[in-house]
Amino acid sequence: MTTALSLRNIEKSFGVFKALGPVDLDLNPNERLGIIGPNGAGKTTLINCITGVLKPDNGTVHFMGKDISHLLPHERARLGIARSFQIPRPFIGMSVLENLLVPLDYKHNVHNKEQRALELLQSVGLHTRAQDPSGSLSQLELRKLELARALASDPKVLIADEAMAGLSDTEIDEVLDILMKLNESGVAIIMIEHIMHAVMRFSQRVVCFDTGQLIAAGTANEIANNETVQKVYFGEQTHH
Amino acid sequence: MKRNNLIFALGAILILLAGFFAPSIVTNPFYFFAGYVIVQYIVIATGWNVLGGYAGYINFGAAAFFGSGVYLSAFLFNAFGLPLWVGIIGAAALGAILGLAMGYLTLQIQGVYFAIATLGLVIVLETIVHNLPGLGGARGMAVYGPAPPEWSGGPVQYVFFVILIIAVACVALARWIEHSWVGRGLRAVRASEDAAECSGVPTLKLKLVACSISGAMLAAAGAPYPFYTNFVEPVTAFSLLIGLNAIAMPLIGGTRSWAGPIIGAIILASAQQIATVTISSELNILFVGVVLIAFVALAPNGLLGLAKRKSAGTAQ
Repeated sequence: MTTALSLRNIEKSFGVFKALGPVDLDLNPNERLGIIGPNGAGKTTLINCITGVLKPDNGTVHFMGKDISHLLPHERARLGIARSFQIPRPFIGMSVLENLLVPLDYKHNVHNKEQRALELLQSVGLHTRAQDPSGSLSQLELRKLELARALASDPKVLIADEAMAGLSDTEIDEVLDILMKLNESGVAIIMIEHIMHAVMRFSQRVVCFDTGQLIAAGTANEIANNETVQKVYFGEQTHH
Repeated sequence: MKRNNLIFALGAILILLAGFFAPSIVTNPFYFFAGYVIVQYIVIATGWNVLGGYAGYINFGAAAFFGSGVYLSAFLFNAFGLPLWVGIIGAAALGAILGLAMGYLTLQIQGVYFAIATLGLVIVLETIVHNLPGLGGARGMAVYGPAPPEWSGGPVQYVFFVILIIAVACVALARWIEHSWVGRGLRAVRASEDAAECSGVPTLKLKLVACSISGAMLAAAGAPYPFYTNFVEPVTAFSLLIGLNAIAMPLIGGTRSWAGPIIGAIILASAQQIATVTISSELNILFVGVVLIAFVALAPNGLLGLAKRKSAGTAQ
Protein backbone atom coordinates (compact mmCIF):
# COMPACT_ATOMS: atom_id res chain seq x y z
CA MET A 1 0.00 0.00 0.00
CA THR A 2 1.25 3.50 -0.84
CA THR A 3 1.60 5.68 2.21
CA ALA A 4 0.01 9.11 2.24
CA LEU A 5 3.17 10.61 3.64
CA SER A 6 6.54 9.06 4.11
CA LEU A 7 9.39 10.91 5.82
CA ARG A 8 12.86 9.44 5.75
CA ASN A 9 15.84 10.67 7.69
CA ILE A 10 14.50 14.24 8.06
CA GLU A 11 16.90 16.55 9.89
CA LYS A 12 16.77 20.27 10.55
CA SER A 13 19.14 22.51 12.48
CA PHE A 14 18.95 26.21 13.19
CA GLY A 15 22.58 27.24 13.53
CA VAL A 16 24.14 24.93 16.09
CA PHE A 17 20.75 24.00 17.55
CA LYS A 18 19.46 20.73 16.18
CA ALA A 19 15.69 21.15 16.18
CA LEU A 20 14.72 17.92 14.53
CA GLY A 21 15.85 14.51 13.55
CA PRO A 22 16.83 12.29 12.12
CA VAL A 23 13.15 11.29 11.90
CA ASP A 24 11.39 8.53 9.98
CA LEU A 25 7.62 8.71 9.95
CA ASP A 26 4.83 7.26 7.82
CA LEU A 27 1.22 8.31 7.54
CA ASN A 28 -1.27 5.91 6.01
CA PRO A 29 -4.11 7.09 3.81
CA ASN A 30 -7.12 8.06 5.89
CA GLU A 31 -5.23 7.60 9.15
CA ARG A 32 -5.68 9.75 12.24
CA LEU A 33 -2.23 10.38 13.67
CA GLY A 34 -1.62 12.34 16.83
CA ILE A 35 1.71 14.03 17.49
CA ILE A 36 2.49 15.03 21.06
CA GLY A 37 5.53 16.33 22.82
CA PRO A 38 6.57 19.20 25.05
CA ASN A 39 7.24 22.69 23.69
CA GLY A 40 10.41 22.78 21.62
CA ALA A 41 10.18 19.06 20.82
CA GLY A 42 10.30 19.82 17.09
CA LYS A 43 6.65 19.28 16.21
CA THR A 44 6.14 22.52 14.35
CA THR A 45 9.54 22.16 12.66
CA LEU A 46 8.38 18.74 11.47
CA ILE A 47 5.21 20.21 9.96
CA ASN A 48 7.18 22.97 8.33
CA CYS A 49 9.39 20.34 6.72
CA ILE A 50 6.33 18.45 5.48
CA THR A 51 4.59 21.53 4.07
CA GLY A 52 7.80 22.89 2.60
CA VAL A 53 7.92 26.12 4.62
CA LEU A 54 11.31 24.92 5.88
CA LYS A 55 13.82 23.04 3.82
CA PRO A 56 15.21 20.13 5.83
CA ASP A 57 19.00 19.83 5.89
CA ASN A 58 18.66 16.17 5.10
CA GLY A 59 16.16 13.50 4.17
CA THR A 60 13.21 13.05 1.83
CA VAL A 61 9.46 13.58 1.91
CA HIS A 62 7.21 11.38 -0.22
CA PHE A 63 3.54 12.15 -0.76
CA MET A 64 1.35 9.39 -2.21
CA GLY A 65 4.48 7.67 -3.46
CA LYS A 66 5.88 10.80 -5.12
CA ASP A 67 9.07 12.52 -3.99
CA ILE A 68 8.06 16.08 -3.11
CA SER A 69 11.25 17.06 -1.30
CA HIS A 70 12.06 19.75 -3.86
CA LEU A 71 8.58 21.24 -4.24
CA LEU A 72 7.68 24.69 -2.93
CA PRO A 73 4.98 25.02 -0.26
CA HIS A 74 2.29 26.20 -2.67
CA GLU A 75 3.02 23.27 -4.97
CA ARG A 76 2.66 20.84 -2.07
CA ALA A 77 -0.56 22.58 -1.04
CA ARG A 78 -1.99 22.14 -4.50
CA LEU A 79 -1.04 18.45 -4.50
CA GLY A 80 -3.13 17.95 -1.39
CA ILE A 81 -1.18 18.75 1.77
CA ALA A 82 -3.11 21.28 3.81
CA ARG A 83 -2.41 22.79 7.20
CA SER A 84 -3.97 25.03 9.75
CA PHE A 85 -1.78 27.34 11.79
CA GLN A 86 -1.15 27.25 15.51
CA ILE A 87 -2.01 30.92 15.73
CA PRO A 88 -4.84 31.50 13.25
CA ARG A 89 -3.71 33.53 10.27
CA PRO A 90 -6.84 34.78 8.57
CA PHE A 91 -6.42 36.99 5.53
CA ILE A 92 -7.30 40.19 7.37
CA GLY A 93 -8.89 42.81 5.17
CA MET A 94 -10.99 40.23 3.38
CA SER A 95 -14.39 38.80 4.13
CA VAL A 96 -14.74 35.25 5.44
CA LEU A 97 -15.92 34.15 2.00
CA GLU A 98 -12.96 35.78 0.25
CA ASN A 99 -10.60 33.98 2.62
CA LEU A 100 -11.79 30.75 1.02
CA LEU A 101 -11.74 32.13 -2.50
CA VAL A 102 -7.94 32.56 -2.24
CA PRO A 103 -7.13 28.83 -2.25
CA LEU A 104 -9.90 28.16 -4.77
CA ASP A 105 -8.48 30.85 -7.10
CA TYR A 106 -5.15 29.09 -7.23
CA LYS A 107 -6.46 25.58 -7.67
CA HIS A 108 -7.06 24.36 -11.18
CA ASN A 109 -10.45 23.30 -12.49
CA VAL A 110 -12.65 24.84 -9.84
CA HIS A 111 -15.98 25.90 -11.25
CA ASN A 112 -18.41 28.08 -9.38
CA LYS A 113 -15.94 29.12 -6.69
CA GLU A 114 -18.41 31.05 -4.55
CA GLN A 115 -20.74 28.07 -4.37
CA ARG A 116 -17.86 25.82 -3.33
CA ALA A 117 -16.65 28.37 -0.76
CA LEU A 118 -20.14 28.54 0.76
CA GLU A 119 -20.32 24.75 0.95
CA LEU A 120 -17.00 24.69 2.78
CA LEU A 121 -18.21 27.33 5.22
CA GLN A 122 -21.37 25.32 5.75
CA SER A 123 -19.33 22.21 6.53
CA VAL A 124 -17.64 23.99 9.45
CA GLY A 125 -20.72 25.98 10.42
CA LEU A 126 -19.48 29.41 9.38
CA HIS A 127 -21.87 30.10 6.50
CA THR A 128 -23.79 32.77 8.41
CA ARG A 129 -20.60 34.83 8.71
CA ALA A 130 -19.66 34.58 5.02
CA GLN A 131 -19.86 38.30 4.30
CA ASP A 132 -18.34 39.50 7.59
CA PRO A 133 -14.77 40.75 7.76
CA SER A 134 -12.47 37.96 8.90
CA GLY A 135 -11.05 40.29 11.56
CA SER A 136 -14.36 40.21 13.42
CA LEU A 137 -14.40 36.46 14.11
CA SER A 138 -14.20 34.89 17.56
CA GLN A 139 -11.38 32.52 18.48
CA LEU A 140 -13.51 29.43 17.72
CA GLU A 141 -14.68 30.91 14.44
CA LEU A 142 -11.09 31.69 13.48
CA ARG A 143 -10.17 28.05 14.12
CA LYS A 144 -13.04 26.96 11.92
CA LEU A 145 -11.99 29.39 9.22
CA GLU A 146 -8.47 27.95 9.34
CA LEU A 147 -9.90 24.47 8.83
CA ALA A 148 -12.28 25.53 6.06
CA ARG A 149 -9.47 27.30 4.24
CA ALA A 150 -7.25 24.24 4.56
CA LEU A 151 -10.05 22.11 3.12
CA ALA A 152 -10.56 24.35 0.11
CA SER A 153 -7.68 22.68 -1.66
CA ASP A 154 -9.37 19.24 -1.35
CA PRO A 155 -6.48 17.87 0.68
CA LYS A 156 -5.59 14.22 1.11
CA VAL A 157 -3.63 15.10 4.21
CA LEU A 158 -4.62 17.74 6.73
CA ILE A 159 -2.21 18.88 9.41
CA ALA A 160 -4.01 20.53 12.30
CA ASP A 161 -1.40 22.40 14.33
CA GLU A 162 -2.92 22.98 17.76
CA ALA A 163 -6.29 23.68 16.22
CA MET A 164 -7.91 23.58 19.64
CA ALA A 165 -5.57 25.65 21.78
CA GLY A 166 -7.47 28.10 23.92
CA LEU A 167 -10.90 26.64 23.27
CA SER A 168 -13.45 25.54 25.85
CA ASP A 169 -14.44 21.87 26.20
CA THR A 170 -17.63 22.20 24.16
CA GLU A 171 -15.72 24.10 21.50
CA ILE A 172 -13.08 21.37 21.45
CA ASP A 173 -15.85 18.82 20.87
CA GLU A 174 -17.11 20.91 18.01
CA VAL A 175 -13.71 21.02 16.30
CA LEU A 176 -13.17 17.30 16.95
CA ASP A 177 -16.51 16.61 15.30
CA ILE A 178 -15.48 18.54 12.21
CA LEU A 179 -12.16 16.70 12.02
CA MET A 180 -13.87 13.33 12.51
CA LYS A 181 -16.29 14.02 9.68
CA LEU A 182 -13.43 15.03 7.46
CA ASN A 183 -11.58 11.88 8.26
CA GLU A 184 -14.67 9.87 7.36
CA SER A 185 -14.71 11.59 3.98
CA GLY A 186 -11.24 10.17 3.31
CA VAL A 187 -8.76 12.78 4.58
CA ALA A 188 -5.77 11.59 6.59
CA ILE A 189 -5.25 13.86 9.56
CA ILE A 190 -2.18 14.72 11.59
CA MET A 191 -3.18 16.32 14.85
CA ILE A 192 -0.59 18.21 16.82
CA GLU A 193 -2.00 18.98 20.20
CA HIS A 194 -1.26 19.70 23.81
CA ILE A 195 -4.81 18.94 24.91
CA MET A 196 -4.25 15.29 25.83
CA HIS A 197 -7.82 14.08 26.17
CA ALA A 198 -8.60 15.43 22.71
CA VAL A 199 -5.61 13.96 20.93
CA MET A 200 -5.93 10.62 22.75
CA ARG A 201 -9.63 10.37 21.90
CA PHE A 202 -9.10 11.33 18.30
CA SER A 203 -5.99 9.48 17.20
CA GLN A 204 -5.69 5.90 16.01
CA ARG A 205 -1.95 6.16 16.50
CA VAL A 206 0.07 8.58 18.60
CA VAL A 207 3.74 9.45 18.32
CA CYS A 208 5.67 11.41 20.91
CA PHE A 209 8.56 13.75 20.19
CA ASP A 210 11.18 15.10 22.53
CA THR A 211 14.19 17.27 21.69
CA GLY A 212 13.72 16.62 18.00
CA GLN A 213 13.54 12.85 18.29
CA LEU A 214 10.65 10.45 17.93
CA ILE A 215 10.75 8.71 21.32
CA ALA A 216 7.60 6.59 21.32
CA ALA A 217 4.83 5.39 19.04
CA GLY A 218 1.71 3.35 19.62
CA THR A 219 -2.01 3.50 20.31
CA ALA A 220 -3.34 6.20 22.60
CA ASN A 221 -3.37 3.76 25.53
CA GLU A 222 0.12 2.51 24.95
CA ILE A 223 1.47 6.05 24.75
CA ALA A 224 -0.41 7.15 27.87
CA ASN A 225 1.22 4.30 29.81
CA ASN A 226 4.63 4.59 28.21
CA GLU A 227 7.28 5.31 30.83
CA THR A 228 9.49 7.42 28.56
CA VAL A 229 6.53 9.58 27.60
CA GLN A 230 5.57 10.04 31.22
CA LYS A 231 9.11 11.00 32.07
CA VAL A 232 9.14 13.62 29.32
CA TYR A 233 5.86 15.10 30.45
CA PHE A 234 6.00 14.77 34.21
CA GLY A 235 9.73 14.47 34.88
CA GLU A 236 11.41 11.78 36.99
CA GLN A 237 9.02 10.52 39.61
CA THR A 238 11.44 8.30 41.55
CA HIS A 239 11.93 10.76 44.39
CA HIS A 240 8.48 10.11 45.84
CA MET B 1 -19.95 43.69 -10.73
CA LYS B 2 -20.68 43.85 -14.48
CA ARG B 3 -22.65 47.03 -13.90
CA ASN B 4 -19.75 48.57 -12.00
CA ASN B 5 -17.41 47.70 -14.87
CA LEU B 6 -19.72 49.50 -17.27
CA ILE B 7 -19.87 52.59 -15.06
CA PHE B 8 -16.08 52.56 -14.75
CA ALA B 9 -15.61 52.24 -18.52
CA LEU B 10 -18.07 55.07 -19.16
CA GLY B 11 -16.30 57.24 -16.59
CA ALA B 12 -12.94 56.53 -18.20
CA ILE B 13 -14.22 57.46 -21.66
CA LEU B 14 -15.80 60.64 -20.30
CA ILE B 15 -12.55 61.69 -18.65
CA LEU B 16 -10.60 61.09 -21.85
CA LEU B 17 -13.17 63.06 -23.88
CA ALA B 18 -13.02 65.88 -21.35
CA GLY B 19 -9.23 65.89 -21.62
CA PHE B 20 -9.46 65.90 -25.39
CA PHE B 21 -11.85 68.83 -25.60
CA ALA B 22 -10.51 70.78 -22.61
CA PRO B 23 -8.04 72.91 -24.66
CA SER B 24 -10.90 74.39 -26.68
CA ILE B 25 -12.72 75.43 -23.50
CA VAL B 26 -9.93 76.25 -21.05
CA THR B 27 -7.63 78.84 -22.59
CA ASN B 28 -5.22 79.50 -19.73
CA PRO B 29 -2.31 77.04 -20.22
CA PHE B 30 -1.44 77.22 -16.51
CA TYR B 31 -4.27 74.78 -15.75
CA PHE B 32 -2.66 72.25 -18.05
CA PHE B 33 0.74 72.83 -16.44
CA ALA B 34 -0.72 72.26 -12.99
CA GLY B 35 -3.09 69.52 -14.17
CA TYR B 36 -0.21 67.60 -15.72
CA VAL B 37 1.53 67.30 -12.35
CA ILE B 38 -1.64 66.16 -10.63
CA VAL B 39 -2.41 63.49 -13.24
CA GLN B 40 1.23 62.40 -13.28
CA TYR B 41 0.95 61.81 -9.56
CA ILE B 42 -2.21 59.77 -10.08
CA VAL B 43 -0.11 57.43 -12.24
CA ILE B 44 2.73 57.36 -9.70
CA ALA B 45 0.43 56.76 -6.73
CA THR B 46 -1.50 54.06 -8.61
CA GLY B 47 1.71 52.33 -9.68
CA TRP B 48 3.14 52.45 -6.17
CA ASN B 49 -0.07 51.08 -4.72
CA VAL B 50 -0.03 47.90 -6.83
CA LEU B 51 2.92 46.69 -4.80
CA GLY B 52 2.79 48.87 -1.68
CA GLY B 53 -0.96 48.81 -1.12
CA TYR B 54 -2.16 45.45 -2.42
CA ALA B 55 0.87 43.35 -1.48
CA GLY B 56 2.08 45.51 1.41
CA TYR B 57 5.66 45.85 0.16
CA ILE B 58 6.82 49.41 0.79
CA ASN B 59 8.82 50.87 -2.06
CA PHE B 60 10.85 53.93 -1.06
CA GLY B 61 12.35 54.19 -4.50
CA ALA B 62 9.51 55.31 -6.77
CA ALA B 63 11.85 58.05 -8.01
CA ALA B 64 14.27 55.44 -9.35
CA PHE B 65 11.61 54.07 -11.67
CA PHE B 66 10.20 57.49 -12.52
CA GLY B 67 13.67 58.86 -13.28
CA SER B 68 14.53 55.89 -15.49
CA GLY B 69 11.37 56.52 -17.47
CA VAL B 70 12.23 60.21 -17.79
CA TYR B 71 15.74 59.54 -19.00
CA LEU B 72 14.89 56.66 -21.30
CA SER B 73 12.25 58.60 -23.21
CA ALA B 74 14.49 61.71 -23.35
CA PHE B 75 17.38 59.61 -24.60
CA LEU B 76 15.32 57.70 -27.17
CA PHE B 77 14.06 60.99 -28.59
CA ASN B 78 17.33 62.91 -28.55
CA ALA B 79 19.47 60.09 -29.87
CA PHE B 80 17.15 58.40 -32.36
CA GLY B 81 14.25 60.82 -32.77
CA LEU B 82 11.85 58.14 -31.60
CA PRO B 83 8.31 59.41 -30.90
CA LEU B 84 6.82 59.74 -27.43
CA TRP B 85 4.70 56.61 -27.59
CA VAL B 86 7.83 54.51 -28.17
CA GLY B 87 9.36 56.28 -25.17
CA ILE B 88 6.34 55.39 -23.03
CA ILE B 89 6.37 51.72 -24.01
CA GLY B 90 10.15 51.59 -23.65
CA ALA B 91 9.94 53.21 -20.22
CA ALA B 92 7.26 50.76 -19.10
CA ALA B 93 9.40 47.84 -20.28
CA LEU B 94 12.48 49.23 -18.52
CA GLY B 95 10.47 49.81 -15.34
CA ALA B 96 9.13 46.27 -15.47
CA ILE B 97 12.63 44.83 -15.87
CA LEU B 98 14.01 47.01 -13.06
CA GLY B 99 11.12 45.98 -10.82
CA LEU B 100 11.59 42.33 -11.65
CA ALA B 101 15.34 42.46 -11.07
CA MET B 102 15.03 44.30 -7.79
CA GLY B 103 12.24 42.03 -6.63
CA TYR B 104 14.16 38.94 -7.55
CA LEU B 105 17.22 40.10 -5.66
CA THR B 106 15.45 41.16 -2.49
CA LEU B 107 11.99 39.65 -2.16
CA GLN B 108 13.26 36.17 -1.45
CA ILE B 109 14.69 37.40 1.81
CA GLN B 110 12.21 39.69 3.51
CA GLY B 111 10.12 42.81 3.15
CA VAL B 112 12.43 45.14 5.00
CA TYR B 113 15.36 44.36 2.72
CA PHE B 114 13.19 45.19 -0.22
CA ALA B 115 12.45 48.62 1.25
CA ILE B 116 16.15 49.28 1.86
CA ALA B 117 17.12 48.13 -1.63
CA THR B 118 14.56 50.44 -3.24
CA LEU B 119 16.09 53.38 -1.40
CA GLY B 120 19.53 52.34 -2.63
CA LEU B 121 18.33 52.01 -6.22
CA VAL B 122 17.46 55.73 -6.39
CA ILE B 123 20.95 56.70 -5.31
CA VAL B 124 22.62 54.20 -7.62
CA LEU B 125 20.66 55.28 -10.69
CA GLU B 126 21.03 58.99 -9.94
CA THR B 127 24.78 58.55 -9.56
CA ILE B 128 24.97 56.64 -12.84
CA VAL B 129 23.06 59.34 -14.70
CA HIS B 130 25.21 62.04 -13.07
CA ASN B 131 28.28 60.40 -14.53
CA LEU B 132 27.07 59.55 -18.01
CA PRO B 133 27.99 62.29 -20.46
CA GLY B 134 25.65 60.71 -23.02
CA LEU B 135 22.73 61.60 -20.72
CA GLY B 136 23.94 65.09 -20.02
CA GLY B 137 25.50 64.30 -16.64
CA ALA B 138 24.83 66.78 -13.86
CA ARG B 139 24.21 69.58 -16.36
CA GLY B 140 21.13 67.85 -17.64
CA MET B 141 19.84 67.62 -21.15
CA ALA B 142 17.48 69.75 -23.19
CA VAL B 143 14.67 67.95 -25.01
CA TYR B 144 13.06 69.88 -27.82
CA GLY B 145 10.10 67.75 -28.70
CA PRO B 146 8.44 67.81 -32.09
CA ALA B 147 5.57 70.22 -32.72
CA PRO B 148 2.45 68.79 -31.09
CA PRO B 149 -0.36 67.55 -33.33
CA GLU B 150 -2.72 70.28 -34.46
CA TRP B 151 -5.79 68.93 -32.66
CA SER B 152 -4.01 69.12 -29.30
CA GLY B 153 -4.08 72.90 -28.93
CA GLY B 154 -0.43 73.26 -27.84
CA PRO B 155 2.54 71.39 -26.37
CA VAL B 156 1.35 71.53 -22.76
CA GLN B 157 -2.17 70.57 -23.69
CA TYR B 158 -0.74 67.66 -25.68
CA VAL B 159 1.42 66.16 -22.90
CA PHE B 160 -1.48 66.67 -20.50
CA PHE B 161 -3.69 64.54 -22.75
CA VAL B 162 -0.93 61.91 -23.07
CA ILE B 163 -0.45 61.59 -19.30
CA LEU B 164 -4.24 61.42 -18.94
CA ILE B 165 -4.33 58.40 -21.27
CA ILE B 166 -1.54 56.75 -19.25
CA ALA B 167 -3.43 57.47 -16.02
CA VAL B 168 -6.67 55.97 -17.30
CA ALA B 169 -4.84 52.87 -18.53
CA CYS B 170 -2.96 52.43 -15.24
CA VAL B 171 -6.04 52.93 -13.07
CA ALA B 172 -7.99 50.45 -15.22
CA LEU B 173 -5.20 47.89 -14.85
CA ALA B 174 -4.92 48.49 -11.09
CA ARG B 175 -8.68 48.10 -10.74
CA TRP B 176 -8.62 44.84 -12.68
CA ILE B 177 -5.80 43.54 -10.50
CA GLU B 178 -7.68 44.50 -7.36
CA HIS B 179 -10.84 42.63 -8.33
CA SER B 180 -9.16 39.58 -9.86
CA TRP B 181 -7.45 36.52 -8.46
CA VAL B 182 -4.16 38.40 -8.71
CA GLY B 183 -5.34 41.05 -6.28
CA ARG B 184 -6.84 38.49 -3.94
CA GLY B 185 -3.54 36.63 -3.91
CA LEU B 186 -1.62 39.85 -3.24
CA ARG B 187 -3.91 40.76 -0.35
CA ALA B 188 -3.39 37.26 1.04
CA VAL B 189 0.37 37.88 0.81
CA ARG B 190 -0.08 41.16 2.66
CA ALA B 191 -2.08 39.44 5.42
CA SER B 192 0.17 36.40 5.86
CA GLU B 193 2.72 35.08 3.40
CA ASP B 194 2.97 31.68 5.05
CA ALA B 195 -0.77 31.17 5.09
CA ALA B 196 -1.01 32.33 1.48
CA GLU B 197 1.74 29.96 0.38
CA CYS B 198 0.11 27.07 2.24
CA SER B 199 -3.18 27.91 0.51
CA GLY B 200 -1.54 27.27 -2.85
CA VAL B 201 -0.65 30.88 -3.70
CA PRO B 202 2.72 31.12 -5.50
CA THR B 203 3.73 34.10 -3.37
CA LEU B 204 7.14 34.81 -4.88
CA LYS B 205 5.84 34.71 -8.44
CA LEU B 206 2.94 36.95 -7.51
CA LYS B 207 5.18 39.48 -5.76
CA LEU B 208 7.45 39.58 -8.81
CA VAL B 209 4.45 40.22 -11.05
CA ALA B 210 3.34 43.05 -8.76
CA CYS B 211 6.89 44.43 -8.72
CA SER B 212 7.14 44.58 -12.48
CA ILE B 213 3.66 46.02 -13.03
CA SER B 214 4.31 48.63 -10.37
CA GLY B 215 7.72 49.42 -11.85
CA ALA B 216 6.25 49.69 -15.36
CA MET B 217 3.60 52.18 -14.22
CA LEU B 218 6.07 54.31 -12.26
CA ALA B 219 8.46 54.47 -15.21
CA ALA B 220 5.67 55.16 -17.71
CA ALA B 221 4.67 58.12 -15.53
CA GLY B 222 8.09 59.62 -16.22
CA ALA B 223 8.15 59.10 -19.99
CA PRO B 224 6.23 62.25 -21.06
CA TYR B 225 8.03 64.41 -18.47
CA PRO B 226 10.92 65.54 -20.76
CA PHE B 227 8.33 66.86 -23.22
CA TYR B 228 6.56 68.68 -20.40
CA THR B 229 9.63 70.50 -19.06
CA ASN B 230 11.79 70.37 -22.25
CA PHE B 231 14.70 69.80 -19.91
CA VAL B 232 15.80 66.91 -17.73
CA GLU B 233 18.42 66.78 -15.02
CA PRO B 234 19.14 64.10 -12.44
CA VAL B 235 18.19 65.94 -9.25
CA THR B 236 14.57 66.58 -10.23
CA ALA B 237 14.12 63.31 -12.13
CA PHE B 238 15.22 61.28 -9.09
CA SER B 239 13.80 63.72 -6.55
CA LEU B 240 13.07 62.73 -2.98
CA LEU B 241 9.69 64.42 -3.30
CA ILE B 242 8.55 61.86 -5.90
CA GLY B 243 9.31 58.92 -3.64
CA LEU B 244 7.69 60.67 -0.70
CA ASN B 245 4.55 61.59 -2.64
CA ALA B 246 4.28 58.06 -4.05
CA ILE B 247 3.93 56.76 -0.49
CA ALA B 248 1.94 59.64 0.97
CA MET B 249 -0.77 59.81 -1.68
CA PRO B 250 -2.04 56.20 -1.45
CA LEU B 251 -1.77 56.37 2.35
CA ILE B 252 -3.89 59.51 2.44
CA GLY B 253 -6.52 58.19 0.05
CA GLY B 254 -6.49 54.55 1.19
CA THR B 255 -4.27 51.73 -0.01
CA ARG B 256 -6.83 48.95 -0.30
CA SER B 257 -8.74 50.33 -3.26
CA TRP B 258 -7.83 51.72 -6.68
CA ALA B 259 -9.73 54.92 -5.84
CA GLY B 260 -7.51 55.65 -2.83
CA PRO B 261 -4.36 56.68 -4.74
CA ILE B 262 -6.46 58.87 -7.06
CA ILE B 263 -8.08 60.69 -4.15
CA GLY B 264 -4.75 61.09 -2.37
CA ALA B 265 -2.97 62.29 -5.51
CA ILE B 266 -5.65 64.85 -6.33
CA ILE B 267 -5.74 66.25 -2.80
CA LEU B 268 -2.01 66.31 -2.13
CA ALA B 269 -0.84 67.35 -5.61
CA SER B 270 -3.46 70.11 -5.81
CA ALA B 271 -2.47 71.38 -2.38
CA GLN B 272 1.18 71.34 -3.46
CA GLN B 273 0.39 73.23 -6.65
CA ILE B 274 -1.52 75.85 -4.69
CA ALA B 275 1.25 76.07 -2.09
CA THR B 276 3.85 76.47 -4.83
CA VAL B 277 2.00 79.40 -6.36
CA THR B 278 0.83 81.13 -3.21
CA ILE B 279 3.45 80.39 -0.55
CA SER B 280 6.72 78.81 -1.62
CA SER B 281 7.84 75.77 -3.52
CA GLU B 282 10.25 74.96 -0.70
CA LEU B 283 7.39 74.40 1.70
CA ASN B 284 6.17 71.50 -0.43
CA ILE B 285 8.22 68.80 1.23
CA LEU B 286 7.44 70.10 4.70
CA PHE B 287 3.77 70.06 3.82
CA VAL B 288 3.84 66.44 2.57
CA GLY B 289 5.78 65.38 5.65
CA VAL B 290 3.28 66.91 8.05
CA VAL B 291 0.27 65.48 6.21
CA LEU B 292 1.92 62.06 6.04
CA ILE B 293 2.63 61.99 9.78
CA ALA B 294 -0.91 63.14 10.53
CA PHE B 295 -2.45 60.38 8.43
CA VAL B 296 -0.19 57.61 9.66
CA ALA B 297 -1.06 58.61 13.23
CA LEU B 298 -4.74 59.42 12.87
CA ALA B 299 -6.08 57.56 9.84
CA PRO B 300 -3.79 54.67 8.90
CA ASN B 301 -6.36 53.35 6.43
CA GLY B 302 -6.65 56.65 4.61
CA LEU B 303 -9.71 58.70 3.77
CA LEU B 304 -11.50 55.68 2.29
CA GLY B 305 -10.85 53.78 5.51
CA LEU B 306 -12.24 56.69 7.52
CA ALA B 307 -15.35 56.85 5.35
CA LYS B 308 -15.85 53.12 5.67
CA ARG B 309 -15.48 53.24 9.44
CA LYS B 310 -17.95 56.08 9.64
CA SER B 311 -20.58 54.30 7.56
CA ALA B 312 -20.05 51.10 9.56
CA GLY B 313 -20.45 53.14 12.74
CA THR B 314 -23.76 54.63 11.68
CA ALA B 315 -25.05 51.26 10.49
CA GLN B 316 -24.65 49.69 13.91
